[in-house]
Amino acid sequence: MSISLLLEMAASSNPDRTAVVSGELRLTTSELSELADGGAGVIAASGAQHAAYVGTGGALLPLLLFSSARAGVAFTPLNYRLSEDGLRQLIDRLPTPLVIADAEYRDVVVDAGKQVITSDEFIAAARTAEPAAEFPDSDQVAVVLFTSGTTSRPKAVELTHNNLTSYVTGTVEFDSADPADAALICVPPYHIAGVGAALSNLYAGRKMVYLRQFDPNQWVRLVRDEGVTTATVVPTMLDRIVSVLEAEAIELSTLRNLAYGGSKVALPLVRKALGLLPDVGFVNAYGLTETSSTIAVLTPDDHRIALAASDDAVARRLGSVGQPVPGIEVQIRGEDGTVLGSGQAGELFVRGEQVSGRYTDIGSVLDADGWFPTKDVAMLDEGGYLFIGGRSDDTIIRGGENIAPAEIEDVLVEHPAVRDCVVVGPEDPEWGQIIVAVVVPAQGAAPDPDELRSHVRVHLRGSRTPDRVVFRDELPTNATGKVLRRELVDELSRAREKQEKLRSRT
Amino acid sequence: MIKNGTRLQSQVCDTQVIVVRSADSLDDLRAGGVPMVPIGTDASGDATLDPEFSGGTVMGKRYVDETGAEVLVTKAGAGTLSVGTTALNLKEAKPLPASD
Repeated sequence: MSISLLLEMAASSNPDRTAVVSGELRLTTSELSELADGGAGVIAASGAQHAAYVGTGGALLPLLLFSSARAGVAFTPLNYRLSEDGLRQLIDRLPTPLVIADAEYRDVVVDAGKQVITSDEFIAAARTAEPAAEFPDSDQVAVVLFTSGTTSRPKAVELTHNNLTSYVTGTVEFDSADPADAALICVPPYHIAGVGAALSNLYAGRKMVYLRQFDPNQWVRLVRDEGVTTATVVPTMLDRIVSVLEAEAIELSTLRNLAYGGSKVALPLVRKALGLLPDVGFVNAYGLTETSSTIAVLTPDDHRIALAASDDAVARRLGSVGQPVPGIEVQIRGEDGTVLGSGQAGELFVRGEQVSGRYTDIGSVLDADGWFPTKDVAMLDEGGYLFIGGRSDDTIIRGGENIAPAEIEDVLVEHPAVRDCVVVGPEDPEWGQIIVAVVVPAQGAAPDPDELRSHVRVHLRGSRTPDRVVFRDELPTNATGKVLRRELVDELSRAREKQEKLRSRT
Repeated sequence: MIKNGTRLQSQVCDTQVIVVRSADSLDDLRAGGVPMVPIGTDASGDATLDPEFSGGTVMGKRYVDETGAEVLVTKAGAGTLSVGTTALNLKEAKPLPASD
């Protein structure tokens, strides 16, 4: 099944429903469909084998997704925040691409030696172009997304039409949204959640309202102006929205459902958001680029039940990512590959039609039975709720003992003097690695490092106690809220070298 | 066996489907009691909708049989989907909250 069919179904059922609102531009489902046919004509006429996009998204994202599908070529939205050099390196990895760029990014890509057209030019050309309508094969690649590459060279994840349509038809009921429903989309276009949002909201029949560059006040204004009923945010966005709502009592009366994900959200922030928006259903969504977005969901009911629970095991689920979506199987495996039972932490493996696990130039990393290694540390509880304990690459090995930073972070962030924190393991000649907690103090607080260390010690085994606690005004994160651990480790290692040099001189 | 992703149309009503999960049973997939044909095929003129199979199909719903076959209705019509003379069942889905 091709993603084009999702648009075809939406356009035939509800041709006159508003599908996209992006700044001044409003498109009905049938207008989006016609424009995508024209856009396919523009791509086909260019002779390109791939379509790439550099810009802030909005209506361009669904338009280019479907234009590319109907032209029978794969589509790659690129991170517009990258440097000229960074963008060129990624563009060079795409086969004969047509590069569509927002006007303000044209100069950044114009020297990349590829065909370049601005977004406005593309839309204008699509309105008059001879339409094209290929029907790509299910196994053809629809979208190629580059991983953020916070730890290594970005990998090009290939998602087929079948991966994406399996995700959408398996998790969304066609046309199930109320006619008044509206989704506010502020995740970046180059993120899998941006691709997922364009496809699943269209299929549900939900108006998509785009906020191209996140700003918490604009977000609140759009919720009210457009009668937004559902929205998805990454942790840093949730934090900023909560700050706005704390400063001023604002009613978001239409908002029913607020999903958060992209990376781990600290529990105190979740509790604060739940308290500020008692009538909103919260959804924690967990997924990876390689799995075509969401693979597990903690539902609004799960949130409510966990919050009210007196049973510790149930209350703890507020920090879980809920249960797998239909069509996804999960396994937790130990280091020797054996499948572990509930309560045991290991690596999370997933399987299902929406799981790609295939990279350009690398190929498929699925095992013989179709399981994908997520490289996430995870555990299932007795009730089948999934807990994610961070990336296995982030595991600290101190004196031969494996330590998951998430375990310590979860405890530290509950301390009243801590606003945010991350635990990293710079190299150490004596221990291999040591545990360093990087802490952002709560407003007005000046926590004592020893007090924080003993706070961890009373909650966890002694070997989990941070060797050092350092303070920062904020943590370095990328646009989707992922903490750049590598950067902190490098910084800590450099500081240490400097110190040692000084010491050796005296 | 019919390929996943194959699009079929009814010869006697407006129903169109796409094969989501194939099985041997789908070789005898019918709508309105009459075999479905690949999209774009000319309908054989003499076929008529069997009143026994006139429950209709619902747009965007998935239908399954006992052997695990699954089709998605991409255009609704007046005929009932069946394998041979056994009607397919509507696949009930637990509603999930919007997550992206």
